[in-house]
Amino acid sequence: MKTYYNPEDLKKFGDISEWQEKLGEKFFDYYGAIFQDGALTKREKTLIALAVSHAVQCPYCIDAYTEESMEQGYDEEQMMEAVHVASALKGGATLVHGVQMMNKYKDLSM
Amino acid sequence: MVKLYNKSLLSQSDSLSDPKNQLNLLDKVNLIPFQENLKKSNLFPLKPINIDVFQVNIGKMCNQVCKHCHVDAGPDRKEIMTRDTMHLCLDAIDKTSCSTVDITGGAPEMNPDFRWFVKELFKKNKKIIVRCNLTIIVANKKYNDLPIFFKKHNVEVVSSLPYFNSKKTDAQRGNGIFDKSIKALKMLNEVGYGIEGSGLVLNLVYNPTGAFLPPNQSVLEADFKIKLMGKFGVQFNNLFAITNIPISRFLQYLLVSDNYKGYMQKLVSSYNPMAASSVMCRNTISISWDGYIYDCDFNQMLDLKVSAKEKHLSKYNFEELLNRNIIVNQHCYGCTAGSGSSCGGSVT
Repeated sequence: MKTYYNPEDLKKFGDISEWQEKLGEKFFDYYGAIFQDGALTKREKTLIALAVSHAVQCPYCIDAYTEESMEQGYDEEQMMEAVHVASALKGGATLVHGVQMMNKYKDLSM
Repeated sequence: MVKLYNKSLLSQSDSLSDPKNQLNLLDKVNLIPFQENLKKSNLFPLKPINIDVFQVNIGKMCNQVCKHCHVDAGPDRKEIMTRDTMHLCLDAIDKTSCSTVDITGGAPEMNPDFRWFVKELFKKNKKIIVRCNLTIIVANKKYNDLPIFFKKHNVEVVSSLPYFNSKKTDAQRGNGIFDKSIKALKMLNEVGYGIEGSGLVLNLVYNPTGAFLPPNQSVLEADFKIKLMGKFGVQFNNLFAITNIPISRFLQYLLVSDNYKGYMQKLVSSYNPMAASSVMCRNTISISWDGYIYDCDFNQMLDLKVSAKEKHLSKYNFEELLNRNIIVNQHCYGCTAGSGSSCGGSVT
Protein backbone atom coordinates (compact mmCIF):
# COMPACT_ATOMS: atom_id res chain seq x y z
CA MET A 1 0.00 0.00 0.00
CA LYS A 2 1.35 3.42 -0.92
CA THR A 3 1.46 5.99 1.86
CA TYR A 4 2.71 9.55 2.01
CA TYR A 5 5.10 8.67 4.85
CA ASN A 6 7.58 5.80 4.70
CA PRO A 7 9.70 5.17 7.85
CA GLU A 8 12.61 4.10 5.61
CA ASP A 9 12.71 7.62 4.12
CA LEU A 10 14.09 9.01 7.37
CA LYS A 11 17.41 7.28 6.58
CA LYS A 12 17.44 9.14 3.25
CA PHE A 13 17.12 12.57 4.87
CA GLY A 14 20.72 13.35 3.93
CA ASP A 15 19.84 12.83 0.27
CA ILE A 16 18.24 16.30 0.14
CA SER A 17 21.79 17.66 -0.31
CA GLU A 18 22.05 15.89 -3.67
CA TRP A 19 19.84 18.52 -5.30
CA GLN A 20 21.18 21.52 -3.38
CA GLU A 21 24.54 20.63 -1.90
CA LYS A 22 25.56 23.95 -0.31
CA LEU A 23 22.28 24.66 1.43
CA GLY A 24 21.92 21.01 2.43
CA GLU A 25 25.37 20.99 4.00
CA LYS A 26 24.71 24.26 5.81
CA PHE A 27 21.47 22.86 7.18
CA PHE A 28 23.02 19.62 8.46
CA ASP A 29 26.02 21.44 9.96
CA TYR A 30 23.60 23.77 11.73
CA TYR A 31 21.41 20.85 12.84
CA GLY A 32 24.43 18.96 14.19
CA ALA A 33 25.71 22.02 16.04
CA ILE A 34 22.35 22.63 17.68
CA PHE A 35 22.28 19.23 19.31
CA GLN A 36 25.71 19.58 20.92
CA ASP A 37 25.93 20.38 24.63
CA GLY A 38 25.71 24.15 25.07
CA ALA A 39 23.88 26.37 27.53
CA LEU A 40 21.37 23.51 27.37
CA THR A 41 22.58 19.92 27.43
CA LYS A 42 22.07 17.57 24.49
CA ARG A 43 19.75 15.64 26.81
CA GLU A 44 17.57 18.68 27.52
CA LYS A 45 17.45 19.56 23.83
CA THR A 46 16.29 16.04 23.01
CA LEU A 47 13.19 16.45 25.16
CA ILE A 48 12.44 19.84 23.59
CA ALA A 49 12.81 18.19 20.17
CA LEU A 50 10.41 15.43 21.19
CA ALA A 51 7.77 17.98 22.19
CA VAL A 52 8.30 20.04 19.03
CA SER A 53 8.08 16.87 16.91
CA HIS A 54 4.53 16.46 18.16
CA ALA A 55 3.68 20.12 17.74
CA VAL A 56 4.81 20.05 14.11
CA GLN A 57 3.27 16.57 13.76
CA CYS A 58 6.29 15.14 11.97
CA PRO A 59 6.16 11.31 12.07
CA TYR A 60 9.85 11.03 11.18
CA CYS A 61 10.78 13.36 14.04
CA ILE A 62 8.50 11.52 16.47
CA ASP A 63 10.17 8.18 15.66
CA ALA A 64 13.65 9.67 15.85
CA TYR A 65 13.19 11.64 19.05
CA THR A 66 11.25 8.92 20.84
CA GLU A 67 14.22 6.60 20.35
CA GLU A 68 16.70 9.37 21.17
CA SER A 69 14.77 10.27 24.34
CA MET A 70 14.90 6.62 25.46
CA GLU A 71 18.63 6.60 24.77
CA GLN A 72 18.98 9.76 26.84
CA GLY A 73 17.35 7.95 29.77
CA TYR A 74 13.91 9.57 29.80
CA ASP A 75 11.00 7.38 30.83
CA GLU A 76 7.41 7.19 29.59
CA GLU A 77 6.07 9.63 32.17
CA GLN A 78 8.65 12.31 31.39
CA MET A 79 8.19 11.91 27.64
CA MET A 80 4.40 12.13 27.84
CA GLU A 81 4.67 15.24 30.01
CA ALA A 82 6.78 16.81 27.27
CA VAL A 83 4.05 15.97 24.73
CA HIS A 84 1.51 17.59 27.04
CA VAL A 85 3.60 20.74 27.03
CA ALA A 86 3.39 20.74 23.23
CA SER A 87 -0.33 20.07 23.49
CA ALA A 88 -0.82 22.95 25.94
CA LEU A 89 0.94 25.32 23.59
CA LYS A 90 -0.97 24.08 20.55
CA GLY A 91 -4.28 24.15 22.43
CA GLY A 92 -3.50 27.49 24.02
CA ALA A 93 -2.51 28.93 20.67
CA THR A 94 -5.89 27.91 19.29
CA LEU A 95 -7.86 29.15 22.24
CA VAL A 96 -6.10 32.48 22.60
CA HIS A 97 -7.37 33.28 19.11
CA GLY A 98 -10.79 33.05 20.71
CA VAL A 99 -10.07 36.54 22.01
CA GLN A 100 -9.65 37.73 18.43
CA MET A 101 -12.95 36.05 17.59
CA MET A 102 -14.58 37.76 20.54
CA ASN A 103 -13.13 41.13 19.47
CA LYS A 104 -14.39 40.72 15.91
CA TYR A 105 -17.76 39.47 17.14
CA LYS A 106 -18.12 42.53 19.32
CA ASP A 107 -17.03 44.83 16.48
CA LEU A 108 -19.78 43.45 14.27
CA SER A 109 -22.45 43.46 16.93
CA MET A 110 -24.72 46.27 18.11
CA MET B 1 5.31 -4.57 23.37
CA VAL B 2 5.62 -8.30 22.74
CA LYS B 3 4.74 -11.26 24.87
CA LEU B 4 7.74 -13.45 25.65
CA TYR B 5 7.83 -16.61 27.68
CA ASN B 6 9.52 -16.52 31.07
CA LYS B 7 11.38 -19.69 30.10
CA SER B 8 14.80 -20.46 28.75
CA LEU B 9 15.17 -20.89 24.99
CA LEU B 10 16.23 -24.45 25.71
CA SER B 11 13.04 -25.31 27.58
CA GLN B 12 11.00 -23.68 24.81
CA SER B 13 12.86 -25.87 22.26
CA ASP B 14 13.53 -22.60 20.42
CA SER B 15 15.95 -23.01 17.51
CA LEU B 16 17.98 -20.10 18.95
CA SER B 17 19.02 -22.32 21.85
CA ASP B 18 21.58 -23.69 19.37
CA PRO B 19 24.39 -21.09 19.05
CA LYS B 20 24.96 -22.13 15.42
CA ASN B 21 21.50 -20.86 14.53
CA GLN B 22 22.25 -17.55 16.23
CA LEU B 23 25.49 -17.18 14.28
CA ASN B 24 23.75 -18.03 11.00
CA LEU B 25 21.18 -15.37 11.68
CA LEU B 26 23.83 -12.77 12.55
CA ASP B 27 25.70 -13.61 9.33
CA LYS B 28 22.59 -13.21 7.22
CA VAL B 29 22.06 -9.52 8.01
CA ASN B 30 23.35 -7.47 5.11
CA LEU B 31 25.58 -5.13 7.08
CA ILE B 32 29.27 -4.20 7.02
CA PRO B 33 31.21 -7.11 8.57
CA PHE B 34 32.61 -6.17 11.98
CA GLN B 35 36.09 -7.17 10.78
CA GLU B 36 35.90 -4.48 8.07
CA ASN B 37 35.32 -1.76 10.62
CA LEU B 38 38.14 -3.12 12.78
CA LYS B 39 40.43 -3.02 9.74
CA LYS B 40 39.55 0.63 9.12
CA SER B 41 40.41 1.30 12.77
CA ASN B 42 43.73 -0.58 12.39
CA LEU B 43 42.58 -3.07 15.01
CA PHE B 44 42.30 -6.25 12.95
CA PRO B 45 43.23 -8.88 13.94
CA LEU B 46 42.09 -7.86 17.40
CA LYS B 47 44.79 -8.73 19.92
CA PRO B 48 44.80 -8.88 23.73
CA ILE B 49 46.68 -6.22 25.66
CA ASN B 50 46.87 -8.41 28.78
CA ILE B 51 44.70 -10.71 30.87
CA ASP B 52 43.76 -8.63 33.88
CA VAL B 53 40.27 -10.03 34.44
CA PHE B 54 39.71 -13.76 34.79
CA GLN B 55 35.96 -14.16 34.39
CA VAL B 56 34.41 -17.44 35.43
CA ASN B 57 30.85 -18.44 34.61
CA ILE B 58 30.15 -21.05 37.27
CA GLY B 59 26.79 -22.13 35.95
CA LYS B 60 23.67 -21.39 33.98
CA MET B 61 21.31 -22.17 36.85
CA CYS B 62 19.38 -19.10 37.97
CA ASN B 63 16.31 -18.28 40.04
CA GLN B 64 15.29 -15.70 37.42
CA VAL B 65 14.46 -15.85 33.71
CA CYS B 66 15.23 -12.37 32.37
CA LYS B 67 14.00 -11.59 28.88
CA HIS B 68 17.34 -10.21 27.72
CA CYS B 69 19.60 -12.89 29.27
CA HIS B 70 22.55 -13.68 27.01
CA VAL B 71 23.30 -16.84 29.00
CA ASP B 72 19.79 -18.29 28.53
CA ALA B 73 19.93 -18.99 32.25
CA GLY B 74 17.04 -20.18 34.36
CA PRO B 75 15.88 -22.66 36.98
CA ASP B 76 15.79 -25.41 34.35
CA ARG B 77 19.46 -25.05 33.44
CA LYS B 78 21.52 -27.67 35.24
CA GLU B 79 24.97 -26.85 33.82
CA ILE B 80 27.13 -25.85 36.78
CA MET B 81 30.86 -25.87 37.42
CA THR B 82 32.22 -28.71 39.54
CA ARG B 83 34.81 -28.26 42.28
CA ASP B 84 37.32 -30.11 40.09
CA THR B 85 36.91 -27.46 37.38
CA MET B 86 37.17 -24.74 40.03
CA HIS B 87 40.51 -26.28 41.01
CA LEU B 88 41.58 -25.93 37.37
CA CYS B 89 40.50 -22.27 37.51
CA LEU B 90 42.60 -21.69 40.63
CA ASP B 91 45.63 -23.30 38.97
CA ALA B 92 45.13 -21.15 35.86
CA ILE B 93 44.74 -17.99 37.97
CA ASP B 94 48.14 -18.77 39.55
CA LYS B 95 49.63 -18.80 36.05
CA THR B 96 47.91 -15.53 35.06
CA SER B 97 48.94 -12.02 36.03
CA CYS B 98 45.33 -11.02 36.63
CA SER B 99 44.25 -8.65 39.38
CA THR B 100 40.57 -9.56 39.27
CA VAL B 101 38.43 -12.68 39.28
CA ASP B 102 34.90 -11.97 38.09
CA ILE B 103 32.36 -14.65 39.04
CA THR B 104 29.16 -14.79 37.05
CA GLY B 105 26.35 -17.14 36.08
CA GLY B 106 23.28 -17.74 36.12
CA ALA B 107 23.05 -16.99 39.77
CA PRO B 108 26.57 -18.04 40.81
CA GLU B 109 25.49 -18.35 44.44
CA MET B 110 23.33 -21.37 43.48
CA ASN B 111 26.44 -23.41 42.74
CA PRO B 112 27.01 -25.53 45.88
CA ASP B 113 30.76 -24.84 45.67
CA PHE B 114 30.39 -21.08 45.21
CA ARG B 115 31.38 -20.17 48.77
CA TRP B 116 34.33 -22.56 48.72
CA PHE B 117 35.54 -20.97 45.48
CA VAL B 118 35.25 -17.43 46.89
CA LYS B 119 37.17 -18.45 50.03
CA GLU B 120 39.97 -19.92 47.91
CA LEU B 121 40.17 -16.76 45.80
CA PHE B 122 40.20 -14.63 48.95
CA LYS B 123 43.31 -16.52 50.09
CA LYS B 124 44.97 -15.56 46.80
CA ASN B 125 44.36 -11.88 47.56
CA LYS B 126 42.62 -11.24 44.24
CA LYS B 127 39.95 -8.65 43.74
CA ILE B 128 36.76 -10.71 43.66
CA ILE B 129 33.68 -9.55 41.75
CA VAL B 130 30.41 -11.43 42.12
CA ARG B 131 27.63 -10.67 39.65
CA CYS B 132 24.70 -11.07 42.01
CA ASN B 133 21.15 -10.79 40.67
CA LEU B 134 20.01 -9.46 44.08
CA THR B 135 16.86 -11.57 44.37
CA ILE B 136 18.92 -14.67 45.19
CA ILE B 137 19.67 -13.02 48.56
CA VAL B 138 15.98 -13.14 49.48
CA ALA B 139 15.05 -16.27 47.50
CA ASN B 140 15.72 -18.68 50.34
CA LYS B 141 16.77 -18.48 53.99
CA LYS B 142 20.07 -20.17 53.15
CA TYR B 143 21.06 -17.17 51.02
CA ASN B 144 20.04 -14.45 53.48
CA ASP B 145 23.56 -14.24 54.92
CA LEU B 146 25.18 -13.56 51.53
CA PRO B 147 25.77 -9.86 52.30
CA ILE B 148 27.78 -10.86 55.39
CA PHE B 149 29.64 -13.55 53.43
CA PHE B 150 30.46 -11.01 50.70
CA LYS B 151 31.68 -8.52 53.30
CA LYS B 152 33.86 -11.10 55.06
CA HIS B 153 35.65 -11.88 51.78
CA ASN B 154 35.78 -8.31 50.53
CA VAL B 155 33.74 -9.17 47.46
CA GLU B 156 32.77 -6.39 45.05
CA VAL B 157 29.08 -6.87 44.27
CA VAL B 158 27.78 -6.03 40.81
CA SER B 159 24.02 -6.25 40.43
CA SER B 160 21.56 -5.66 37.64
CA LEU B 161 18.80 -3.15 38.16
CA PRO B 162 17.54 -1.87 34.81
CA TYR B 163 15.50 0.97 36.29
CA PHE B 164 14.43 2.65 39.48
CA ASN B 165 10.83 1.54 39.16
CA SER B 166 9.02 -1.78 39.11
CA LYS B 167 7.35 -1.30 35.73
CA LYS B 168 10.55 -1.36 33.68
CA THR B 169 12.48 -3.69 35.98
CA ASP B 170 9.75 -6.31 36.13
CA ALA B 171 9.14 -6.04 32.36
CA GLN B 172 12.71 -7.21 31.79
CA ARG B 173 13.39 -9.43 34.78
CA GLY B 174 9.99 -10.84 35.81
CA ASN B 175 7.07 -9.95 38.05
CA GLY B 176 7.95 -8.90 41.57
CA ILE B 177 11.70 -8.71 40.88
CA PHE B 178 11.97 -4.98 41.58
CA ASP B 179 10.52 -5.18 45.10
CA LYS B 180 12.75 -8.15 45.95
CA SER B 181 15.78 -6.35 44.50
CA ILE B 182 15.13 -3.29 46.67
CA LYS B 183 14.82 -5.54 49.72
CA ALA B 184 18.17 -7.19 48.85
CA LEU B 185 19.82 -3.82 48.21
CA LYS B 186 18.73 -2.66 51.68
CA MET B 187 20.27 -5.82 53.18
CA LEU B 188 23.53 -5.05 51.35
CA ASN B 189 23.40 -1.43 52.52
CA GLU B 190 22.83 -2.60 56.10
CA VAL B 191 26.20 -4.37 56.23
CA GLY B 192 27.90 -1.39 54.57
CA TYR B 193 27.74 -2.15 50.84
CA GLY B 194 27.39 1.00 48.75
CA ILE B 195 27.89 3.22 51.79
CA GLU B 196 30.56 5.88 51.37
CA GLY B 197 33.67 5.20 53.41
CA SER B 198 32.84 1.54 54.08
CA GLY B 199 35.21 0.27 51.39
CA LEU B 200 32.50 -2.21 50.38
CA VAL B 201 31.65 -1.70 46.73
CA LEU B 202 28.15 -2.18 45.35
CA ASN B 203 27.82 -1.34 41.67
CA LEU B 204 24.60 -1.50 39.68
CA VAL B 205 24.13 -2.48 36.06
CA TYR B 206 21.66 -0.80 33.75
CA ASN B 207 20.55 -2.61 30.59
CA PRO B 208 18.08 -0.91 28.24
CA THR B 209 14.63 -2.42 28.60
CA GLY B 210 14.18 -2.72 24.85
CA ALA B 211 15.77 -2.20 21.44
CA PHE B 212 17.69 0.99 22.11
CA LEU B 213 21.16 2.03 23.25
CA PRO B 214 21.91 2.92 26.87
CA PRO B 215 21.92 6.57 27.98
CA ASN B 216 25.00 8.45 29.07
CA GLN B 217 26.33 6.49 32.04
CA SER B 218 27.16 9.39 34.35
CA VAL B 219 23.86 11.18 33.73
CA LEU B 220 21.95 7.98 34.40
CA GLU B 221 24.01 7.23 37.52
CA ALA B 222 23.08 10.63 38.96
CA ASP B 223 19.40 9.95 38.20
CA PHE B 224 19.54 6.50 39.81
CA LYS B 225 21.24 7.86 42.92
CA ILE B 226 18.61 10.55 43.45
CA LYS B 227 15.66 8.24 42.78
CA LEU B 228 16.88 5.18 44.72
CA MET B 229 17.89 7.26 47.73
CA GLY B 230 14.82 9.48 47.62
CA LYS B 231 12.21 6.77 47.15
CA PHE B 232 13.78 3.75 48.85
CA GLY B 233 16.74 4.98 50.93
CA VAL B 234 19.07 2.77 48.86
CA GLN B 235 22.71 3.67 48.18
CA PHE B 236 25.25 2.31 45.71
CA ASN B 237 28.65 3.25 44.29
CA ASN B 238 28.70 3.25 40.49
CA LEU B 239 26.25 2.53 37.71
CA PHE B 240 27.44 0.57 34.68
CA ALA B 241 25.39 1.22 31.53
CA ILE B 242 25.61 -1.89 29.37
CA THR B 243 24.37 -2.40 25.82
CA ASN B 244 22.25 -5.47 25.10
CA ILE B 245 24.16 -7.81 22.79
CA PRO B 246 22.05 -9.30 19.97
CA ILE B 247 22.37 -12.93 21.02
CA SER B 248 20.33 -15.53 22.90
CA ARG B 249 17.13 -14.33 24.57
CA PHE B 250 17.64 -10.69 23.58
CA LEU B 251 18.00 -11.87 19.98
CA GLN B 252 14.71 -13.72 20.38
CA TYR B 253 13.10 -10.52 21.67
CA LEU B 254 14.48 -8.55 18.71
CA LEU B 255 13.08 -11.07 16.25
CA VAL B 256 9.66 -11.42 17.88
CA SER B 257 9.26 -7.65 18.25
CA ASP B 258 10.41 -7.01 14.65
CA ASN B 259 13.27 -4.85 15.94
CA TYR B 260 16.16 -7.04 14.79
CA LYS B 261 17.07 -5.25 11.56
CA GLY B 262 16.65 -1.77 13.04
CA TYR B 263 18.69 -2.63 16.14
CA MET B 264 21.54 -4.12 14.10
CA GLN B 265 21.58 -1.06 11.83
CA LYS B 266 21.68 1.13 14.92
CA LEU B 267 24.64 -0.79 16.36
CA VAL B 268 26.56 -0.66 13.09
CA SER B 269 25.88 3.03 12.46
CA SER B 270 26.98 3.77 16.05
CA TYR B 271 30.34 1.98 15.63
CA ASN B 272 32.91 3.92 17.65
CA PRO B 273 36.62 3.22 16.91
CA MET B 274 37.58 4.56 20.34
CA ALA B 275 35.27 2.02 21.96
CA ALA B 276 36.63 -0.71 19.69
CA SER B 277 40.17 -0.12 20.94
CA SER B 278 38.99 -0.49 24.55
CA VAL B 279 36.74 -3.56 24.33
CA MET B 280 36.88 -5.81 27.38
CA CYS B 281 38.03 -8.92 25.49
CA ARG B 282 41.42 -7.22 25.18
CA ASN B 283 42.05 -7.63 28.91
CA THR B 284 39.73 -10.47 29.87
CA ILE B 285 39.27 -14.16 29.37
CA SER B 286 36.08 -16.01 30.08
CA ILE B 287 35.77 -19.55 31.42
CA SER B 288 32.68 -21.69 30.98
CA TRP B 289 31.10 -24.02 33.56
CA ASP B 290 32.86 -26.97 31.89
CA GLY B 291 36.30 -25.34 31.82
CA TYR B 292 36.58 -24.12 28.24
CA ILE B 293 38.24 -20.79 27.48
CA TYR B 294 36.62 -17.94 25.53
CA ASP B 295 37.41 -14.33 24.65
CA CYS B 296 34.33 -13.07 26.48
CA ASP B 297 31.05 -14.22 28.02
CA PHE B 298 29.21 -13.49 24.74
CA ASN B 299 31.57 -15.62 22.65
CA GLN B 300 31.13 -18.27 25.33
CA MET B 301 27.38 -18.32 24.81
CA LEU B 302 27.90 -18.56 21.05
CA ASP B 303 30.32 -21.43 21.64
CA LEU B 304 33.18 -19.55 19.95
CA LYS B 305 36.14 -20.97 21.85
CA VAL B 306 39.45 -19.10 21.87
CA SER B 307 41.59 -19.24 18.78
CA ALA B 308 44.41 -21.15 20.46
CA LYS B 309 45.69 -24.70 20.37
CA GLU B 310 44.74 -25.26 23.98
CA LYS B 311 41.11 -24.33 24.52
CA HIS B 312 40.56 -26.00 27.89
CA LEU B 313 41.77 -25.14 31.38
CA SER B 314 43.27 -28.63 31.72
CA LYS B 315 45.96 -27.48 29.29
CA TYR B 316 46.00 -23.79 30.18
CA ASN B 317 48.70 -21.88 28.32
CA PHE B 318 48.89 -18.24 29.42
CA GLU B 319 51.54 -17.22 26.87
CA GLU B 320 49.56 -18.69 23.99
CA LEU B 321 46.42 -16.88 25.15
CA LEU B 322 48.29 -13.57 25.31
CA ASN B 323 49.26 -13.95 21.67
CA ARG B 324 45.92 -15.17 20.32
CA ASN B 325 43.68 -13.42 17.81
CA ILE B 326 40.37 -12.53 19.44
CA ILE B 327 37.40 -14.02 17.62
CA VAL B 328 35.00 -11.35 16.38
CA ASN B 329 31.62 -11.50 14.70
CA GLN B 330 28.61 -9.29 14.03
CA HIS B 331 27.43 -9.42 17.67
CA CYS B 332 30.64 -7.54 18.61
CA TYR B 333 29.00 -4.33 17.34
CA GLY B 334 27.15 -4.37 20.66
CA CYS B 335 30.39 -3.61 22.52
CA THR B 336 31.53 -0.84 20.15
CA ALA B 337 28.33 1.17 19.72
CA GLY B 338 28.20 4.71 21.07
CA SER B 339 30.13 4.98 24.33
CA GLY B 340 31.01 1.29 24.08
CA SER B 341 30.00 -1.43 26.48
CA SER B 342 31.70 -3.91 28.77
CA CYS B 343 31.00 -5.80 31.97
CA GLY B 344 32.22 -2.60 33.66
CA GLY B 345 29.92 -0.31 31.69
CA SER B 346 30.82 2.21 28.99
CA VAL B 347 34.46 2.19 27.83
CA THR B 348 34.95 5.73 26.53
